[in-house]
Order: sequence, then structure tokens, then C-alpha cells
Amino acid sequence: MTAEPRTRSAAEPDRSARTVVVVGHGMVGHRFVESLRRRDTDGAYRVVLLAEESRPAYDRVALSSYLGKASEEELALADEDFLADDLVDLHLDDRAVDVDRSARVVTTAGGRRVPYDELVLATGSVPFVPPVPGRELDDVFVYRTLDDLDALRSATEAATARAGAGRHAGVVVGGGLLGLEAADALRTLGLVPHVVEMAPRLMPVQVDEGGGALLRRLVGDLGLRVHTGVSTSEIRRDHRGGLTVFLSDGTELDASVVVFSAGIRPADALARDIGLPVAERGGVLVDGRCRTQDEHVWAIGEVAAVDGKTYGLVAPGYAMAEVVADRLTGGGSRFTEADMSTKLKLLGVDVASFGDAHATAGGALEVRLDDPVAGTYSKLVVTDDGRTLLGGVLVGDASNYETLRGFLGEALPGDPMALIAPAGEGAVGVGIDALPDGAQICSCNAVTKGALVEAIASGEASTVPELKACTRAGTTCGSCVPTLGKVLASCGVEVSTALCEHFTQSRAELYEIVMATGLTTFSQIVGEYGTGRGCDVCKPAVASMLATLAGGHVLDGEQAVLQDTNDHFLANMQRNGTYSIVPRLPGGEVSGEGLIVIGEIARDFGLYTKITGGQRIDMFGARVEQLPAIWRRLVDAGFESGHAYGKALRTVKSCVGTDWCRYGVQDSVSLAVALELRYRGLRSPHKLKSGVSGCARECAEARSKDFGVIATEHGWNLYVGGNGGFTPRHAELIASDLDTTTLVRTIDRFLMFYVRTADRLQRTAPWIEGLEGGLDHLREVIMEDSLGICPSLDEQMARHVSSYADEWAAVLDDPEKLARFTSFVNAPGTPDPSVEFVDHRGHRVPAGMRDGQPTEVPELGFGPRVIAGPRLPVHDSASRSPEEVGV
Amino acid sequence: MTEPSRWSSSAALRLREHPTGTTAGAEAKDPSPAPVAVATGPVTTPSGWTEVCPLERVQPERAVAALVAGEPVAVVRTHDDRIFALHNLDPFSGASVLSRGIVGDVGGTPVIASPIFKQHFALADGRCLEDADVAVATYPVRVVEGVVQVGHA
Ligand SMILES: Cc1cc2nc3c(=O)[nH]c(=O)nc-3n(C[C@H](O)[C@H](O)[C@H](O)COP(=O)(O)OP(=O)(O)OC[C@H]3O[C@@H](n4cnc5c(N)ncnc54)[C@H](O)[C@@H]3O)c2cc1C
Ligand code: SF4
Repeated sequence: MTAEPRTRSAAEPDRSARTVVVVGHGMVGHRFVESLRRRDTDGAYRVVLLAEESRPAYDRVALSSYLGKASEEELALADEDFLADDLVDLHLDDRAVDVDRSARVVTTAGGRRVPYDELVLATGSVPFVPPVPGRELDDVFVYRTLDDLDALRSATEAATARAGAGRHAGVVVGGGLLGLEAADALRTLGLVPHVVEMAPRLMPVQVDEGGGALLRRLVGDLGLRVHTGVSTSEIRRDHRGGLTVFLSDGTELDASVVVFSAGIRPADALARDIGLPVAERGGVLVDGRCRTQDEHVWAIGEVAAVDGKTYGLVAPGYAMAEVVADRLTGGGSRFTEADMSTKLKLLGVDVASFGDAHATAGGALEVRLDDPVAGTYSKLVVTDDGRTLLGGVLVGDASNYETLRGFLGEALPGDPMALIAPAGEGAVGVGIDALPDGAQICSCNAVTKGALVEAIASGEASTVPELKACTRAGTTCGSCVPTLGKVLASCGVEVSTALCEHFTQSRAELYEIVMATGLTTFSQIVGEYGTGRGCDVCKPAVASMLATLAGGHVLDGEQAVLQDTNDHFLANMQRNGTYSIVPRLPGGEVSGEGLIVIGEIARDFGLYTKITGGQRIDMFGARVEQLPAIWRRLVDAGFESGHAYGKALRTVKSCVGTDWCRYGVQDSVSLAVALELRYRGLRSPHKLKSGVSGCARECAEARSKDFGVIATEHGWNLYVGGNGGFTPRHAELIASDLDTTTLVRTIDRFLMFYVRTADRLQRTAPWIEGLEGGLDHLREVIMEDSLGICPSLDEQMARHVSSYADEWAAVLDDPEKLARFTSFVNAPGTPDPSVEFVDHRGHRVPAGMRDGQPTEVPELGFGPRVIAGPRLPVHDSASRSPEEVGV
Repeated sequence: MTEPSRWSSSAALRLREHPTGTTAGAEAKDPSPAPVAVATGPVTTPSGWTEVCPLERVQPERAVAALVAGEPVAVVRTHDDRIFALHNLDPFSGASVLSRGIVGDVGGTPVIASPIFKQHFALADGRCLEDADVAVATYPVRVVEGVVQVGHA
């Protein structure tokens, strides 16, 4: 507990400054310090932050995304400026354990004694764990901190490794908002989630009976096993090392992990210890100023009970933080009744509840629309005259949530029923324009429509990211981000999606045009739908479209001139103008004979060879005029183009699967080979990579690929949207336990839908993120055919598969195409004199090292004691041995 | 990314000492072009012109590389059959590759894009659109009896 990984002291604290000690660096504590530092322009206060957790504040609301694609850095709330602020001392991993209120000193577990002028308690909540026997067992968790999630993840991985492949279950105790979120997290971790809820319906606090029933059906369809109206009696360790959960109705559930999510309790222990009054149901009692009975002690966030009432959402906590920051800097603001609206999307199901959702106000009327076929339930609570909106519940489709909430307490623009009626049935719909300026768009940060419009009108913001930066809207839970776009649009700000100066259309629009018109040449397309003669942006983009629509060889006729140099010469240009060559090795398999051919070619042409990350062999340093001769030999030996040069399918990496591996549950290599052969040559908006693993151990790293497949005992799990590179992403699960036919069909459609609708150079991850409705929408389109385009996607892929021909073999057979592979058109026997090679570590690399190259050995961390020579005969006290750098 | 210190050849900067060269489309439509010249070394005409190749060896909106008085030159043909010649060395990478770039227009100016770092060079005067301080040399070009010729000093 005394460990202090990140302590900083103020350089020269201002002696006259007063000290504010903040206990708890959670979301609200952080907001308070930020706000105080912003308001306190003369540095009247220095702040000491005492944090129990080992990391600075992070976005707890987005906690679950940590199991998906968000990294710890992405969730961090404190930026560099904050951490470098001389007036803020942050002590991590040091819990406040006592306060001497008369001497005004806080004592920490690490023995630190910190005097204060003002003390702010922001200790948040602790998860409530009901006294179920077995709750102290290993593999039983709560769901509150990043540490909890790390532990949950490693326990799940350990359980999977221990018990072998196949789907394992996890049990969540509690079917409220957080319980469902935890269940979703278990699903992300690959478990079958069970939810046990004592109340007769899910999310009893937020939704009514009708909404709860629909919610149960919708999440059930998505693989959640729901047990309502029962409690958890006991948890026991079973003989195989797993857990058994006993329910009050006699059900027994086998589980790898159990997560308690049965509510939260204010973390008010410290306040109780030091004699501050607490509310009946817990929480430090404060008044509208957020001040406790002690005039120098304040409480904010989930730990505070304002006039006896606690709030389990971040927005009211932020409001409290602002109140105290304002008070300490001389202001007079008060905390008023908070908006307890909630909107979330769990397992792809929209749920929203706002205002007086349970119609508790006298005379309130309910207007309901229950559409079991469409899977939507909406209820509005209105005053007895039906004109003022008091609250509501939306399940299945909450797209109207932001707008409806904007009308809370306001006169409705029309008949309440019309507001929730599905479009096309005389619905008036409520556009952004109809919203009053005071309507809150971002409830987490209390940003009104008026504030957004002002930021746009003043020119401060003209894009969604700018709007987020200058108003903070959309920076917490993110649910209002789509609405921000609508506000921008309603203010007349258009975000250009034009492909380039020659086409006003986006790539997707142009693709539609080319598909619909059947045009087959760039000249026609630019002539009819663009301007000018095109450029290096639109030409390769159109070439790629024509490749998947019109087919034919990429170097046929006019298509050839559209291609980037790589596609034009069917090889990858390197920095000195020579090319690298990658023959296809489907699934990473290669025979000894094949290796010998590759080795002989590399030797005869003096090529530098390197194993790629995609399980292939790359040969570097071929001059343009050598390419045909090299490919002649490769094609004769049975190799074909690997399309490493194209925005196209690259490789399908595989592990060794059931053929060799003792853990394998499916034949990953055969599938990888089949997939690679199926999609080879497919031109796409950006490169496409794939991988197949034979079991959950994931040796092929399939989840770092655009589409990755992981074997289960019952079939295949398909993940989409992963990539390495600049912004690494993990692919997300789109469907599980698929049979091979369904798997291939789903990938076919995924790829074709991507090819049709993505932007130029947009990898699959940002493409999915940009789809309205994200991964769930994608799932609906390609697995449920919600747009009715699957037959056409299937047909297009079938055409691709049947028309595939090796590009290089075709070039070798065509003297006209071969003619371009020459050094100088008037001196074909003279090689490019500017290409020179030198020896580097015994390998042949381009002469004329770029700045900073070659990398000298000291930069590898070996210090200056280098003995000359192309190898690294280095002996040093450094912990790494020379072998480890892969010499 | 494009700091000048990386230019590895001054040839690329020898500029504007050559008049800009274009020829009209009349010759381009010459119905009887000369046969493809298969020479192992550049053929220099006495008047300081090097024969490069028959016009049809240059696809519209693409370029070929030629050796002109020992210098690599990119010979570019636009969609309207105008011919241009620029030094082939990309000043940003030092690689002899401009002839392998994409031909098009930017803001109405006919250009060729370097295949390495994608800067655009105006076909008419070799100037780089992204960096006003950089330009590549241009050469006079003409088409005689269907054969493209590049002039040199
Ligand atoms: C999975 C999940 C999803 C959520 N989703 C939403 C949502 O969609 N919308 C929403 O509005 N809210 C949501 N919440 C709730 C939201 O996160 C909380 O309302 C918010 O974090 C409260 O902020 P806080 O600062 O009061 O408490 P916290 O963020 O919990 O911070 C309190 C901090 O104080 C520390 N602490 C406690 N005691 C001491 C001590 N004695 N000394 C030092 N430090 C101490 C704790 O370790 C903790 O770091 C969610 C919460 C979870 C767990
Ligand atoms: S090699 Fe394949 S089958 Fe074997 S453990 Fe790794 S992922 Fe599983």
C-alpha cells in the first residue's frame, strides 16, 4: 500500500495557497479538480489528490469497452497537462484512512499526513455483494474497476485453458443496468452469459413491465440466458475446478466465473468513521451546496446524499463537482434535482428511460406502443392534458431518445402517440430543429442544444470532433455523438465526403453509380459524373471498383493507366525504385520444393529475403525489368501472385490446428487455405488480412485481422474489424459457433458489403464504427438481410470467385503487357544506374541510407561496447542477449 | 517527411534551363508511325534530339522512362495527346521513378504524381505543387514521323 508509482510534488508550492484535499480520484473527483483549476485562475488553491486505485482517473462509464477495443490510455481522463500541473499533487495507491477534523489533517494508509483547508470526499461507491455463501471464492468478481476487469479477464482465460475448448458459461448476479453490461462483457470474453435477477423483470428501476418483457426477449435472442424472479442461494467449487451456482428455484448453473452486480452502496465508511452524518440508506449527507455538517468538508459524486438522495450516474456527480468548485472560488451555485435519464445499447438492444418513467406524478397518463413484430416498445408519460412530456421508456429502438428527452417538461409539438409511431404512419417525427435551445443533448456533461449551436455559429466547431473538444458533449458515454452530427447538419454544416477534387461523391456513392450504370471505363465515369481528368486519388479508387464490378485483368486497356505503380507493375515499389515480390503461400503452407525454388530465385537475382508477419516470404530488390523473369520461374514452379501490392486480400494466416496441435478442435489450416483461395485477388478499399486459429488459444492472432476465425467445439466464431498498424484494434465477435457454410457466406457478405460501402483507404474497423448502428447493424445486414441486398452480395462474390485468374500468369502470356517491364524504353539493356546496393549485416540493401540509418547497435540498448563487423558479437551487461534481437 | 536533406541527386534540381516542350496532336495521329526502335543505347540525332520510342509505346495518361544523354527522363502522354518530358528522378526519395506515377490533373494543372511519397509535379514546368522550392527539370519534346524525340543541351 505504500507503493507510490506516480507521486509528484509541486515544485515550489505557494506558501499562501490554501490546500484542498480530494479523497478519491474517480470520475467526479477528477472533474472537480479540473473545474477548480480552470476557475482558480490565480492559483489560490493547491490540490492534493489521494487515490486508492493505482491509476489516475479513468472513464468508468466506458469501463466495458476495456474488454473490447479500448486501451487503458484511451480511457484515461487525466491528460498530460493535468498530470504536470504544479498545483496538483496526485498520490496513487494511497487510501485515506482517517481525518482529524479539528486539526484538519488527513492520514493515509501509507502513513502520509496531509493538512487541509478544505476537504472534498469523492469516494464513489462500492459494489454491493449480497451474503451468498461462496461469494468469497476465487473466480467470483465485482464489476467496478479496471483491476476488476483485468482479474475477470485472466480468470476467464485461465478457465478456458484449464477446461479446454468449447463455450463456457459465466453467471451475473443482478439484472439491472450494470448487470446487463457485465453480461455483455462476459459475452465479449467468449462466455455464454446467464443473468440472475430477483425482480420479475430485467432493469426493474428503469423500465416498466412491458418494456422489461420485450427486453428479455430481445437479449434472449442474442444469447443471454435470463433467470428472473429467482435469487442466488449458493456458489460452490465443483470437482473440475469450475463453479456451480445454485438458484432458489433449484436450477444449477455451471460457470467459469461469477460476477456480482447487485447494486452499489455509497463508499461512506470514512465519513462514518469521522462522525459525519450519513443518510438513512447510506451516503454522506450534504446540503444543496454539497457541504457536510462540517463547513470545511464537502462530498460529491456517488458518495454524496444531497438532501438525503444519492445518484448512481455520472452526470449528477459532475454537476456536484461544478457546484463545489464554484463555491470554493466564490460562487453561489446549488445542486438542483438531477436528470436520471438513461440510454444504453446492450447486446445491440436500445434501452432508454427518462424523466418520470414509472408515471408516479399525480394524474400522469401513459401512452404506449408495443410492437412485438418490430421488436419495439415505447411509452411516454404525459400530464393529464396530454400536452407536456414527463418521462418515458423506449426499448428496441431508442433513436428518438435525445429528441424526446429534450422535450421533458416542455409542451409537445403534437399528439404524443404520433411521436412514437413508426415513421411512415403519419408520424410527425421530431427533428433537431423542433428542439428548444434549452434541451439537453449531452446529459453526462449537461450540454444544451443552445450551447452546441453557439459553438457552431461562432466558428469554433465545424466537425463532430471539434464540437466534442470545445463543448465536452459526447465525451463521456458517447450516446449523443450521432445527435451532434444532426445538430451540425441542422446548422447547415456539411462534412465533405467527396472522393477528391474530381468527384463530389464519396467512394460509396460512386460505387453505387458505377454498379447501377454498368459503366466500365474511367473516362466515361469521370466524363459523366466527375470533372477534369482524375488524379492519383480517384483513379486507383475507380480501378478498384471496376475490378470488383467489371472484372477483367487490372492491366487491361485503360484500366492499366489508373493503377498505382504497385498494381501497374504487380509488385511493391520500395524506396529506391526497386520492387519486392511476394508469391502466395495460402494459409502460410509451403513445400520444401517451393522453398528451394524461392531460395534459388533469391540467390540468382541477389534478392534480400524476409519472412513477413502474414506467413509469407518477401523478396526485395528486383529491378522492374527483372520482374517477368522472376515470375516466369515462380509461375512455372506453381506459385501465383500474392497480391501484396494491391489493396486486396493479402493473407489468411493460420495456426497448425488439428493436424498437429494437441489442443486444436478444428482444421484451421484447411479453412485458412480455402478462404485465401476464395478471396484471393479481391480488390477492396484497403488491404484485407485474415487469420484462422484452431482453438481459443488463438495462435494465429486472428483477432488482429480484418476478419478472423477462431474454432470452437461446435464450429467457428467470426470476428471482424481488427487490424495492427497505426491504430491497433481487436476484431469483435459478430457471430459464434457457425458451421463452415454459414461462416463462408457471412464472410462473403461482410467483404462485399465493405467493398461497396467503405471509404477509400478505410480499413474495416473504422468502417464498422462509421456504420450507423455499428456492429449490430452490420450483423443485421449480412446475417438477417435487413437491407435485402444479400442475394446481390452473394452473387457478386460468386462472380469474383469464378472469374479469378492469376494476374502474373496472364501478364507473362501477353507481350503487350510485358512491354512495360523495361528499364528505359530506348535502352532496354541498360539498368537504372541510380539503383545501387550495399552490404548490411551480411544482407543486400539499397545504397544511400536514409537519415538515421543504419540503426547502430547502441540504439538497440547495448551501449557503446560494439565490436566491429556486420554481425553483432556484443557482450554487455544488458539483460538481453544478442540472439534475442534476432541477428 | 520531405526535408530537402534527403535529395540524393542535384540532377533533379537542374531546372528551367530547358524550355518547356510540348507538341501538338497532329503528329500524334500520324497514321504511319515508324517501327518500334529496339536500340541498346540511346540514339542521338545530330540536332541534339534523342529518339525515344514510337508514340504508341506511351499509353495516354501514363509515362515511360527513357535515357537521354545519360539522364533518366520520364516521357508523359496526356489524354489529349500532349507529350511532356521531365527528369525521372523523384527529388524527395532520390529514386528514378517519376515515369511510374499516375498522370492526371490537380486544380486544372496536368501533373504526374510521384509513386513514392505522392507529391505532384506539373508536367509543363516540373514544379512541385506541394513544395514551391522544389522542381524537376523539363525537356523539349517533339514527335517526328510518329517517333517521340526528347531534346537535350
Ligand atoms: C460498468 C459501469 C458502467 C456505468 N455506466 C454508466 C452510464 O452509462 N452512465 C452513467 O451516468 N453512469 C454510469 N456508471 C456510473 C458512473 O461510473 C459513476 O456514477 C461515476 O463513476 C461516479 O463517480 P465518482 O467519482 O463518484 O466515483 P468513482 O468513479 O467510483 O470514483 C471514486 C474513487 O474513489 C476512490 N476511493 C474510495 N475510497 C477512497 C479512500 N478512502 N481514499 C482514496 N480513494 C478512495 C475509489 O477507489 C475510486 O477510484 C457506470 C458504472 C460502471 C461501473
Ligand atoms: S496452434 Fe491452433 S489449435 Fe493449437 S493451441 Fe494454437 S490456436 Fe489452438
